[in-house]
This record gives sequence, C-alpha cells and structure tokens, in this order.
Amino acid sequence: MSPDTDAFITREEIDPTGEGPLSGRTVAVKDNISTAGVPTTCGSAMLADYVPPYDATVVERLKDAGARIVGKTNMDEFGMGTTTETSAFGPTDNPAAPGRVPGGSSGGSAAAVAAGEADLALGSDTGGSVRCPAAFCGVVGIKPTYGLVSRYGLVAYANSLEQIGPIAPTVEEAAELLEVIAGPDERDATTREHGAETAYASAADGDVDGLTIGVPTELVEGADEAVVEQFKAALDDLRAQGAETVEVSLPSVETAVQAYYVIAMGEASSNLARFDGVRYGPTAAATDDEDADNWNDAFAAVREGFGEEVKRRILLGTYALSAGYHDKYYDKAQDARAWVRRDFAEAFETADVVASPTMPVPPFELGESLDDPLRMYLADANTVPVNLANLPAISVPAGETAEGPVGLQLVGEAFDERTIIRAASAVE
Amino acid sequence: MVDHEEVEHVASLARVDLDEAETERFAAQFDDILSYFEALDEVPEVDAATELDNVFRPDEVREGLTQEEALANAPETEDGYFKGPNVS
Repeated sequence: MSPDTDAFITREEIDPTGEGPLSGRTVAVKDNISTAGVPTTCGSAMLADYVPPYDATVVERLKDAGARIVGKTNMDEFGMGTTTETSAFGPTDNPAAPGRVPGGSSGGSAAAVAAGEADLALGSDTGGSVRCPAAFCGVVGIKPTYGLVSRYGLVAYANSLEQIGPIAPTVEEAAELLEVIAGPDERDATTREHGAETAYASAADGDVDGLTIGVPTELVEGADEAVVEQFKAALDDLRAQGAETVEVSLPSVETAVQAYYVIAMGEASSNLARFDGVRYGPTAAATDDEDADNWNDAFAAVREGFGEEVKRRILLGTYALSAGYHDKYYDKAQDARAWVRRDFAEAFETADVVASPTMPVPPFELGESLDDPLRMYLADANTVPVNLANLPAISVPAGETAEGPVGLQLVGEAFDERTIIRAASAVE
Repeated sequence: MVDHEEVEHVASLARVDLDEAETERFAAQFDDILSYFEALDEVPEVDAATELDNVFRPDEVREGLTQEEALANAPETEDGYFKGPNVS
C-alpha cells in the first residue's frame, strides 16, 4: 500500500505514557476525538486550526496502555455522512476497493487499518459510523453499548446515540482495544459500571455451538442481491459450526431511519450552536461580511463556513424542533425509538444475537451519492436501529461482491459484547 | 411544500447564512426528506420507560483548564476574556 494514502488529516505521533496490552501497537484516532496539543478538526473548516487543550478519556487510556498514536483520521464533517466525502479536507479512497468510498463517517480510521497504516483505530458511531466503514473496507468494527465507553473529549454530534468504538483487522484485536477503552469515567455521567472488569478478547474463541441467531427479514429483503448472497453464505457457515438460525420480526425498523435522522439532526442543531466564532474557529471579521457587526449577524456569517451536509442537518433539526413541528417530528421519533428498543427486547427472548448485512449495498463509487442526501440516509437502514436501541453491534467481514467487501452485523443485548465478539470470531 | 422563504426563515432561526444556490437546493431536498419523515405519523404510542438514574457528584472545587488554555483557540481575546461581536 502507498505510504501516503489520504486516510489521515493530521499525521503526528503521540508517544505512549505507560506500558500495557497495547505496547508496541500503533493506533489511528478519528479526528473528532480530542488529542491535547494535536489538531482535532472534525473534518470541518470550522475547526481547521483547533488544538484541544486536553485529551479525551479514550486517548488517555490508549497512551496508558502503551499504544503509540500515529495520527488523526479523515471523516465526514462532524460525523455527518456515510462516505467520508463531506470532509472539508477531501475524500479518502477505499484500500479494499479502489475508486470507491471507504464508508463513513469513520472512513479514514477504517482505511488506515485496511491499508496497514495503523494496527488499530478508533472511530465513533452515531448511526453506523464505525460499522459502515469497517464493512466497506473489509475490517472489523464494534459499536459498544451506549454507556460502555466514555465520550469525554469526543466532539458531540448527537449525544444520545453515539459511542466511540474500535476498528481492527480481526475480531480479537478489536476486542483487545475495546478492553482498554471500556469502563466508567467520572467525566461522562452516562457511563455505567459495566466494562471495568470485563475481558473481551478472551471471548473471541469461535465457539458458536448452541448459539441462536435471529434473522429479521425486514433487514435482509431490501438489501442488494449480491450482498444477500454473501450474508446467506455466512449464516450457512455459522450453522455448520453448530449455531441455529431463527426468523425474528422487527416491524419498527420501517421507521427507524426517519426516527434516527429527526433525533440526530435535532441534537446536532443544538450541539453545533457552540461554533460561534468566539471561543474557537474562524472569526466573523474574516468573512468580509459588512453586516456582521452585531452578534446574530456575525454568528450567522461565521456559520456559513459549515459544509453543505452539516448545514442541511442543522436546518432540518431546527425545523423539526421548532414550534408547531416538535410534536409531529421529534415526539413521534422518540416513540419510534422506544418501539425499536421494545422490538429488539422481544427478539432477544428467542435469539442470543440478531444478524443482518451491515450495509444493504456494496461501497458506492467515489462521488456517486453526494448529490442525493436521501439516498445516502437510506443506506443506514441496518445500522441506525442499533443506536436507537442503545445496543452493542459488531461488523465482521463476510465475503465480497464484485463491487467490494460485505460486512455481517451481529447485534447483542445491552452490555453483552462478549456474545457478539464470540459469534463474530466464528465468521472469520 | 417547502419554499425558498421557509428555508430562509429556518436558516435565520439557526443563525446560518446560506448562499442563493444552497437555498434553492435545500428547498427541493427538504421537500423530499420531510415527506419521507411523514411515515412517523404511523408510529404507535410507545411507553418509553426510562432505565436511567440521575448521577450526582459532590460540588467541590477541582482542577480545570487554566485561563490561558481556555483562551488559546479564541480568534480574539482582550484582558483575559473572549472577545465577541456587539450584542445589539
């Protein structure tokens, strides 16, 4: 692989501060995770010169565990995208399918691992942003249960949905990285006690004898034919190893994408209000806007510097939360979210894990989907239900189509990462 | 139907300037996206029992960022404060 792929926004080494399970390993970190003294841009022109004064909790834990950080990876601006093409710093090519997108929004992290430029990587997953690029680049990605990994120092996009998660060449290595970053943090009040003492890597033993895998038809029938073929072959393989598959039904997923986007955009419109050109970012004086001499005009002028997808989400979020529309969109989306959670709870009464293709489609060609935001949103159909339900999920490589790698997604019960790690390790 | 004016109104609520071409594109796209969101009307009411508890910590002074660190990324500062535009 070329040593100068476009997976990184900033290449700067950060030394380990201790020795531990990650000694001698290199880790690439998504550029929305704060690194003290090293630029953290979120893929946005608004933070092109931003240098955090502190480390995210996960970065402290990496360094303490002996990891060497090798740089900050490219991403869709503020995590808003499925292709890494909304980055203000240009697209990233897919090392496993050249000419195609690496997926998103953690595309740089998955590409860095797939190209061998880092042993491991961290991404963040709000609606699939770790699992989608892992699937498209042919590597492993884990979206932990909400509350397992601290979000302190993660630049917020949609707080109620997102988690930081590991990306690695194998299930065992992803689990090793999870082991380092998981566990409670007094600086993130949404973390739980789980994970402090839990071993994850030891679960990657490939033993699926007696495991019950639920397959929801709703997440399979809409998928691309070539993807479904690989998915079915992976299930055959798991059955041959002693697992049993049963059909489960998740009717609520029919409105999961809508609910996800209403909630995520609503939270984004509030979170991104902090980019006001006063505490960080470019200043209104630099925008040449003559009217920008009072607070509101200056604020609006600076914020013209967001990319188009970010503006789209801020505006739609503002719209959905505005007087007269709040009940219609936001409140209904919360109902839809509770419905998804209930559906999964029912599925887990008969199944240990729930399986589907991670992405219903193979990787898009670079530039293909940028003009059609709704088409891009629909590609998240299989990943967003997991975030709405706060559950853990893993994407593990399961064959290839002519257009690129396919990922198998396994969803588990809350804080039962060990079961999805075990099942995924049997797919490898 | 989402028109030009509605997009401009929401953009002003969100304090985000748009250029003419963006306003044009957004009007058409918002129409598509909002009609897609209409499906939420069919969602049944679901009791969202929360499983979360409030988390408290003692209100004690502890170390935070220094003034210098907090101001380090600000485009303009004055006498140890952030400097913003006039509030008029």
